Amino acid sequence: MAEASPPFAEISARLEWIIAHDPAELAPQAQLYAAELLALGERILEAWLIAHGIQPTEAKSEGFRLLALHRQGAARDPTFNACRESCRELVYHYNLVRASSEPLQAGRWVRLGAMVALHLALFVGGKLEISGLGEFCCSSRPLRQNEVCSTITTATQAEARGGPADADRAGLQLAR
Amino acid sequence: MTNRPVAYYPGCALEGTGHAYHRSTKELANALGLGLVELENWNCCGAMEVKNIDPKLQTYLSARNLAISEKMGFETVMAPCNGCYHNLKKAEYDLTHDKTSQEVVERLSKKAGHAAYRAGSVRTLHVLEWLKEAIGEEGLKARVKNSLKGLKVANYYGCMYTRPRHIFPEKDKGPGSESTSKPHFMDDLLAAAGAENVEYPLKTACCGGAHTLSDSDTSTKLVLNLLTTAEACGADVIATECPTCHSGLEMHQVRAEKVLGRKTTVKILYFTQLLGMALGLSARKVGVHENISDSRALLKARGLG
Repeated sequence: MAEASPPFAEISARLEWIIAHDPAELAPQAQLYAAELLALGERILEAWLIAHGIQPTEAKSEGFRLLALHRQGAARDPTFNACRESCRELVYHYNLVRASSEPLQAGRWVRLGAMVALHLALFVGGKLEISGLGEFCCSSRPLRQNEVCSTITTATQAEARGGPADADRAGLQLAR
Repeated sequence: MTNRPVAYYPGCALEGTGHAYHRSTKELANALGLGLVELENWNCCGAMEVKNIDPKLQTYLSARNLAISEKMGFETVMAPCNGCYHNLKKAEYDLTHDKTSQEVVERLSKKAGHAAYRAGSVRTLHVLEWLKEAIGEEGLKARVKNSLKGLKVANYYGCMYTRPRHIFPEKDKGPGSESTSKPHFMDDLLAAAGAENVEYPLKTACCGGAHTLSDSDTSTKLVLNLLTTAEACGADVIATECPTCHSGLEMHQVRAEKVLGRKTTVKILYFTQLLGMALGLSARKVGVHENISDSRALLKARGLG
């Protein structure tokens, strides 16, 4: 099983290091870097899954564990699909590097792939950091759910049962 | 190709921070001879705030806008804002598939004194879809007076134009339809206007818009990565089609320089501004002066606007 603490600082630093290099410098080791980017992407997703109490899968989807890990995260929480394309882009860049016969171009793909991986790290890492505050597109949701939504839901139900007077007693103001 | 007038739902962002989008959308429609009739007495789509608190209430708010479109006699409502577009589509989906949503909309519509919206009565289009359908690439090409030739553009769609996939049943239908994994309608239209689209791997990646207030640093880092990646792809300009993304890119570009000391020079323009200038409209007419990102020197150098 992967390490328990989210390793985002270390991953981001490594990605920044790759990004800071000129494609020509990355070119000779492009294949190795491409594989490393995939591995880093997997670590990012593993951290998310572990933080949510899920054992990361060792399975592959479409030939890539990264995609299987993403699928695993999204199965539990559909909003995790917000990073679906980043994962697919990472795989795409890996394939581009593997298929490239031109070293300099491969170096460029590595650098762009690192930028995609960095976005994934920032997105997932940022979300974990503020997980007390919400979901991907609804940063205030759990706070609201705990403090306000229960009142409104109760009020909406009360109104459905007994009309506006019941709803008023339950505190509904919004839908009126 | 159809150029029947459509109902226009600008939404609140286009009356505020996204005013340049509002202006350029209307000017572009005018230049193309396409009719837009703004919804009468429209209301908030429910955006994120209401949706977070009471999703059914958000469905009602969006359904009310659809009901107004229907009442005004329109079969199609066009929304340029990704959030509005997303919420209208979501309301349509919920009213088609969820009985409770139907009941809530029935009840609140009755209370508000208007007919409840029935799913399937009005079609919601994003401005990209509307332009593709009403004018298309060939129609646009024929009208270009000032080609965007030589302008390298990274097309940034943001997250809500394609997600979640199930509320966009018309997408991913093969050739001619929009793709949710690699959207291309904006690329197609700008290419028709002469622009050189760069391969941009983050075209649907998160801009951190929802976290701008709760976690500004994460938003700034996300935006900085979007900007630096666009520059690495060789882009002069990031073209946007969402007012929230656009504002976020502009504001965090400034913040990244101030807080992180990272300066980026890529310009940020609404795609409607670029298309408008390709049709010969002035930079002022499409609201370039309203953007935070100052692209006037670049546009001037390219003979645009």
